[in-house]
Amino acid sequence: MKETPESQVKDPGLDDAVKKLTPEKIQRAVQRVLTKECAARLKVYVDTCAHCGLCAEACHTYLSRDKDPMFSPVAKVKNTLWELVKRKGNVDGEAIRHMARIAFTECGACRRCSMYCPFGIDIAYLIMVVRRICSLLGVVPQYLQDTTNSHAATNNQMWVHQDEWIDTLQWQEEEAQFEIPTCRIPLEKEGADVMYSVIAPEPKILAQLLGNMAQIFTVVGEDWTMPATDGWDNSNMAMYSGDFEIMGRVERLHWETAARLKVKKIVMGECGHAFRGAVYDGPRWLGWQFPPIPMVHAIEYYYDLLKSGRIKVREKYKEHVTVQDPCNIVRGRGLGDKLRYVINALCENFTDVHPRYEHNYCCMAGGGTINCGPPWKRSRMVSNKVKAEQLKATGADIIITPCHNCHSGIEDIIGFYKLGMHVKFISEIMVEVMEIPEELKA
Amino acid sequence: MYEFSRGPLVWIAFSVLFAGSIYRIVSTIILAKKDKVIWPYMKWGFSLRSLWHWIVPFGALNMRMRPAFTIISFTFHICLLLTPLLTLGHVALWKESWGVSWWSLPNTLSVMMTIIVICTALIFILRRIADPTVRLISSVSDFILVLLVAAPFVTGLMAHYQIFDYDMVIIIHMWTGAIWLGMIPFTRIAHMLYFPLTRAYMGCEFGYVRSAKDW
Ligand code: SF4
Ligand code: SF4
Repeated sequence: MKETPESQVKDPGLDDAVKKLTPEKIQRAVQRVLTKECAARLKVYVDTCAHCGLCAEACHTYLSRDKDPMFSPVAKVKNTLWELVKRKGNVDGEAIRHMARIAFTECGACRRCSMYCPFGIDIAYLIMVVRRICSLLGVVPQYLQDTTNSHAATNNQMWVHQDEWIDTLQWQEEEAQFEIPTCRIPLEKEGADVMYSVIAPEPKILAQLLGNMAQIFTVVGEDWTMPATDGWDNSNMAMYSGDFEIMGRVERLHWETAARLKVKKIVMGECGHAFRGAVYDGPRWLGWQFPPIPMVHAIEYYYDLLKSGRIKVREKYKEHVTVQDPCNIVRGRGLGDKLRYVINALCENFTDVHPRYEHNYCCMAGGGTINCGPPWKRSRMVSNKVKAEQLKATGADIIITPCHNCHSGIEDIIGFYKLGMHVKFISEIMVEVMEIPEELKA
Repeated sequence: MYEFSRGPLVWIAFSVLFAGSIYRIVSTIILAKKDKVIWPYMKWGFSLRSLWHWIVPFGALNMRMRPAFTIISFTFHICLLLTPLLTLGHVALWKESWGVSWWSLPNTLSVMMTIIVICTALIFILRRIADPTVRLISSVSDFILVLLVAAPFVTGLMAHYQIFDYDMVIIIHMWTGAIWLGMIPFTRIAHMLYFPLTRAYMGCEFGYVRSAKDW
């Protein structure tokens, strides 16, 4: 196998794990997934692919690496799944390590390529099948596996304990009260109109976002609540590590928590993969066609607030902004128009990106790639060259990223490519520019 | 030999084509039931919307990004499907055997379309060799398949211009044509059968489930 910078990366989650594999174990896992867990899609996609390579140009990793043939979407499938199907799982540990590297660190499962393949072959799904096999074999990048372990042990992604969770909410409630003295973060309020749910990095490292949201809810007079128990975290890295049992458990608890609180709908914070897990992957694993309770992404919620005039803008944001269309809510929910409506309502100086909407480039952070951690960061950055160029071309100072993965991923890109830009969530801008009614003011 | 090729062989080829295609499609549809996340999300409107965008030339962004390839690919596929159906010689044979008849192409047009099929097939082969991205994912079978698809067109042209021994060429023409037809359900040419299915499914995943476009 050709030596590349990527093949030199050390990751005990892969390197040590493959040493424990035996041919029988590998074959058993492959057979289980290929024959029991997958059916029509896998077979038809493998049979249909015309080997035409028309999907290549869709992939930011391929484009960023000067069209390296190994990074075209179809090549990634050829080097992993085709191989497993052809050999009926008769491959060695080294091959599995190689496949795990491709599936976890070189594909963001962004599905852009499905829009370029004439047959609409779902490459991201095929890559997820490979991840599933790797996960059953215990071959998962260590950092990513750690987040899955956290989901398994604490029901959230970042080992947040219940007391820390409640404590953080109370702290942010107090912070928000400096702006709006009557601001509350109502916990466990049964029958509220809205349950607000966030991903674990919010209480862990970006707590001010919770305070921002408390202010917004207070200004619009929303009847809202948050759970004090487990089930508040809607992030789901198990979905990306291939541990679908844990993935299903996390999603079930999240929905059951909303059901227990008898809320009318869930509004979820600015995150893309969490939306995907809660609305698509989770329910399907659990055997539900659609989620049991309506769920809207923050963008949709903000859109409604601005459109109906429940939020009024005091003075538009002056900085020059551009936007990141997060794959999981724009390609994955068609929120591109609402996102732009919100930005134009809040900001004065907006330059759009190109390509945009469904065709936007993935930030290569979602899909679990950023969670593969520091060992793989350089490779991820190299795969991000077109993304950096796309953002730079806007000449903006601020990149609005209504997704946690995009937010962290683009922060990395800004640093690596020295773009001198900044990333912001919509809520950060909204609290800055919204009108706070006199009677609420401190 | 001629009699066999003219009679039973055609029957065999078409039976294999139809039975094989029905088998492949039906078994896929049944298999799709096992893959529980397909049927509940299928909707006619979104399926047809997606198919429309991918059947019309330049209907999808990827086609607009590579205009030359789009034109080549569409002319190849159109000529490939229409020429055998509408060539005067073929229509005459249908009439002779079944008494049914339909409009046929003027001879020069048939010849031109045949040449187009051969040339575009050559371009596909060259592309497979010259473009490193496509070369990497190509297997020997991909080359053989293009040759196989082009073979009846080459022999048809040879027969038309009476190159070599007409009697032999026409028999080879019939055999390659028959093999080509019979191979459709069992090789990568089956993409022709699967295209509506995979496209419709993706159209629904994007359109119905995710309110997004897939072109
Ligand atoms: S990163 Fe996106 S475009 Fe590239 S192969 Fe994966 S799903 Fe396809
Ligand atoms: S565009 Fe589709 S059919 Fe062509 S190589 Fe890629 S996945 Fe296969």
